[in-house]
Amino acid sequence: MNEVNTENTGVRLTDEEKARRSRRNLAIALSVGGLCALFYLITVFKIGSAILKRSL
Amino acid sequence: MARGFPFHHVHYRPDGRVAELSELGADSRRESLISNADPGDFIALLKPRVMSLVVFTALVGMVVAPGTINPVIGAITILAIAIGGGASGALNMWYDADIDAVMKRTAARPIPSGRVKEGEALSFGLFLSFFSVMVLGLATNWLAAGLLAFTIFFYVVVYTIGLKRRTAQNIVIGGAAGALPPVIGWAAVTGNVTIEPMLLFAIIFLWTPPHFWALALVKSDDYGRAGVPMLPNVAGEKNTRLQILLYTLIVVPFGLAPLAFGLGGLVYAVAATVGGGAMLWWAYAIWRASSDEALRKACWRMFGGSIAYLFALFAALLIEWTAQKTAPLLWALLGRLA
Repeated sequence: MNEVNTENTGVRLTDEEKARRSRRNLAIALSVGGLCALFYLITVFKIGSAILKRSL
Repeated sequence: MARGFPFHHVHYRPDGRVAELSELGADSRRESLISNADPGDFIALLKPRVMSLVVFTALVGMVVAPGTINPVIGAITILAIAIGGGASGALNMWYDADIDAVMKRTAARPIPSGRVKEGEALSFGLFLSFFSVMVLGLATNWLAAGLLAFTIFFYVVVYTIGLKRRTAQNIVIGGAAGALPPVIGWAAVTGNVTIEPMLLFAIIFLWTPPHFWALALVKSDDYGRAGVPMLPNVAGEKNTRLQILLYTLIVVPFGLAPLAFGLGGLVYAVAATVGGGAMLWWAYAIWRASSDEALRKACWRMFGGSIAYLFALFAALLIEWTAQKTAPLLWALLGRLA
């Protein structure tokens, strides 16, 4: 009879741990998205229409 | 408890050296590798209640400053200062995890309760510190960003790592970190620092000792168990009661000083006078308390009351300066509509 070698199968996440990981991933995604929006807003409001006034 | 950068819990061999993951049993390996944290635990690392005071005082610093700031840039400024303050809270919790674990008041924090690993808190705090300073610098100016960086450095390195466990004057000097947000707010709008924001700095700086010593008097057992040399544990209860009274006698006149510099008007005068009177009364009650129960009650009254006092001072400034700055706009708008 073959026994499953639990030592070598790595760590298996419980459903609760998977749910927590998903929530963390979502939070990271929202944070990265927020940071992009933040830099976009800083660019728009700091430079504003002056961006069109540069010499080409 | 081990303090370090690894993202997993560190396990030690009997000889004191760090064990490799392959040497650990299945349970320890699981504990080492799996994060139990919820996003809410990382929010808790930012000390939201402290953050709200930082946001409020920084906002007042921005509003009372001469000049204007674009509302969107203003909101980003507040966000950056809030995140910077939160980051210093996370770094404080990383360093203090060992003493937080033995204090009742702090034992449920994310690291001592095992939900967040030390390395996670450290990297989280460093990452947010860096980004908050960069965002503030890009959005406003590098004086404000530099002041924010200095605030984080002062709170984490000078206060948490340097002073907290060594001297009973820890919160006296460390209070400077909590007092800087209005100066950062002012600098974000004007690009400089003058006497007026330094006055706001002085009020919070002098307010900090009586506020925290009132808490330390009631929680001296907790601090004693953790080995943190708060004033009641080092200088004794009687001396602490006197020092609370003395600091209150200094902070109340400082609370009135903005009136002399044209920073505060009628609303502020009422808040500073009534609030200052109440502060003196609470400090006197602590000094004169004749029983343990009376002292405990007086301390809690001072702890909560001093928060209300500081809030009243800054709220008065906020109301007066918001009204003063928006009145011309409102009149112009009404004029056009009429």
